[in-house]
Amino acid sequence: MSDGLSHWLMSEAPLSRRQAVLGRFYRGIRSILTNPTAVVGLVIVILLVLMGIFAPLLSLGNSPLTQDLAGRLGAPSAEHWFGTDELGRDILARTLYGARATLAIVALVSVIVVPIGLAVGTVAGYMGGWVDAVLMRITDIFLAFPRLILALAFAAALGPGIENAVIAIALTSWPAYARIARSETMTIAHSDFIQSVVLQGASTWRILFRHIVPLCLSSVIVRLTLDMSGIILTAAGLGFLGLGAQPPTPEWGAMVSSGRDVILDQWWVATIPGLAIFVVSLGFNLLGDGLRDVFDPKSGS
Amino acid sequence: MIRVENLSVIFHAGGREVRAAEGVSFTVAKGETFGIVGESGSGKSTLLRAIAGLVPSTSTALEVDGQPAARRRSRADRRKLQFVFQDPYASLHPRKTVDDILREPLEIHREGEIDERVAAAIADVGLLPIHRFRYPHQLSGGQRQRVAIARALILRPPILLLDEPTSALDVSVQAEILNLLARLRQSYSLTSILVSHDLAVVAHLCDRIAIMQLGRLVEVISADNLRTGNVSADYTRKLIAASQGFTRVPA
Amino acid sequence: MSEAPLLTVEDLEVSFPGRTGVTRAVRNASFTLGRERLGIVGESGSGKTTMGRSLLGLLPRTAQVTAKTMSYEGTDLLACSERDWQKLRGRRMSMVMQDPKYSLNPVQTVGRQISETALLHLKSDHKDARRRTLAMLEAVQIRDPELVYGLYPHQLSGGMGQRVMIAMMLIAEPDLLIADEPTSALDVTVQNEVLRILDDLVRDRGMGLILISHNLTMVSSFCDRVLIMYAGRIVEEIAARDLQHARHPYTRALVAATPSLTVRRAELATVTRDPEWLK
Repeated sequence: MSDGLSHWLMSEAPLSRRQAVLGRFYRGIRSILTNPTAVVGLVIVILLVLMGIFAPLLSLGNSPLTQDLAGRLGAPSAEHWFGTDELGRDILARTLYGARATLAIVALVSVIVVPIGLAVGTVAGYMGGWVDAVLMRITDIFLAFPRLILALAFAAALGPGIENAVIAIALTSWPAYARIARSETMTIAHSDFIQSVVLQGASTWRILFRHIVPLCLSSVIVRLTLDMSGIILTAAGLGFLGLGAQPPTPEWGAMVSSGRDVILDQWWVATIPGLAIFVVSLGFNLLGDGLRDVFDPKSGS
Repeated sequence: MIRVENLSVIFHAGGREVRAAEGVSFTVAKGETFGIVGESGSGKSTLLRAIAGLVPSTSTALEVDGQPAARRRSRADRRKLQFVFQDPYASLHPRKTVDDILREPLEIHREGEIDERVAAAIADVGLLPIHRFRYPHQLSGGQRQRVAIARALILRPPILLLDEPTSALDVSVQAEILNLLARLRQSYSLTSILVSHDLAVVAHLCDRIAIMQLGRLVEVISADNLRTGNVSADYTRKLIAASQGFTRVPA
Repeated sequence: MSEAPLLTVEDLEVSFPGRTGVTRAVRNASFTLGRERLGIVGESGSGKTTMGRSLLGLLPRTAQVTAKTMSYEGTDLLACSERDWQKLRGRRMSMVMQDPKYSLNPVQTVGRQISETALLHLKSDHKDARRRTLAMLEAVQIRDPELVYGLYPHQLSGGMGQRVMIAMMLIAEPDLLIADEPTSALDVTVQNEVLRILDDLVRDRGMGLILISHNLTMVSSFCDRVLIMYAGRIVEEIAARDLQHARHPYTRALVAATPSLTVRRAELATVTRDPEWLK
């Protein structure tokens, strides 16, 4: 980063709103980068994204779908770096393309649970009274569902597939975010700066959306990142049970499942995707830990 | 401009009833600066918040600008009356710049020329353009309080309520803010109510002063009478004596 | 002052290394304290609290404290180890701080806390410590010492809590008491009561008292001498009664900026900070 740009971003006297917002964002990134745990996690997550995007390039010409029954269960070699699976498909390619399924699940779940959790939590925390009671009881109900069982139920009712897996995971995850948002909201609902916006005649919607939600975001993001590993493992678990992405789409959990039978002799079939699950899970965990350190109110944010 | 008759604020905390303010009556004339002084537990801040509609209260009358003040204030009502809080560190949203904070009231009330008015408001309270896009944590206590005052006045309300606006500030900064308030009330012909525990501050800025003790109004006196000690209640005398510093009784 | 001063400080420097460089919280501070009431007045950031804490070795380990002289009744404070400090604190020097809520142990009765201090510093047993505690509570004008002995800190009002703090800090009969904003959290009518108690105790026991505050009115009416601090420096040392005729522009500005109940002024004087004062 050139000196000039860096100075402009770190300026204590920003001249425009854009400069102020970018400056704050820049400072946030810098503080994240000073935390080694966060950096390692971030690197892993970025690699995951790159794997997904550049899967075709990185597969070295192999397709994840081309079967080669003659060359099935082949050991890692020059042609197939990670060997081949029970249908002769290149495992490297399948692992790389499998990242897309993981990314899809991560993205879809996030996009569903964060808005719902924030909406329910902030409304409950701000309005209090019976609204709070009703919303919290609804939250409790969803919290009580065991994720995997609900996913099985969905699969039984609607058929297996990645969309249903996502819905099952999202439905059982959003309550935690609602709780976090609610407790943050309750902390700030009576603070002077919120009271002052009330005094200006702001509508409840405006207060919630423009003043309260921004302050809940950091806790929610930390929680989401930490949850990510659990979500990935659950998705892999569903895939393992055959309830996630359907064949022939590559998906890590399904790959581990199909490699189960040959794990002793052809260990690579199950282990490679298993390692991928482990590393990505770990990556999100580390990132979440690091972000939590950075956003911790004690150290200032 | 403001008429309060028999105002009471009762909180229910843990099964007990707390009478924060009881049977308070007074009026504030247009253009007047009215002071409310009391020690902790006197109910002065609660009283101010009740007038602003921030806490529920009961009264035989509570009139703002000739109109009875409803329990739920409308957006139009909010234009008439604004508030400056005590703690400069808690009254500004930590994630919004000064610019964001000042635009908010204008946007809520759908007013125009926002950029110009924000720039003018900033200059009006003695801040500089370099402060405009700063976040609150990049400002000092005195600067934050200036922003709070600018925010309160940007809609040109006729009435300004101030809850211990300088209690959290150093003496030199307090002097600047008090001078600022004196100038602004002149420029905008404000009717204000100033709450403080500091008798000297209140005597400096206010025309008439209400003394409160344990939720009740003890008396209302003019600033001049306060200065000369020409007061009727013993409590007021005690307060005046205490405010003048320590007196050593010869051993 | 015919006898030797209790406390002698010469060229005291306190710095804190930080991410953006070194912060000099106290610079070149020099003063003496005898058996008198000395006030230290300053605004936030003036270094008054840091200086007070440095006199009792209460600064964090990152603080760098240097001075030409810093001695108390002959003991060189600069050379004190933590053990030496423990012998000094409570027994010979003590400190009362702003809010008793934060200084008293919330899960112990106040009587017990005071007795513990007595046990720690005086050669006494439990019975004797209790007797001394009750006597001390009475000395700080608590009407029912027996009752208050068994109370917990959260059951005390602000004024009473502060009196309990004073009792705790004086029970070991130190010669020097530093009071850092002892009355800032109290109502003005209670403030003077607490000050009166401090005053009587100081006079009766011949103690030295340093009163640190931002409240010029209070300090000037209570203390004998006043030190004015600005940006870590002592900019003026003056007798309390002469404050109206202060020499340093900052002191004069501070006096002029304080609103007065008796004198009517159209505008309060504001302090134009002269960068010269920082030198």
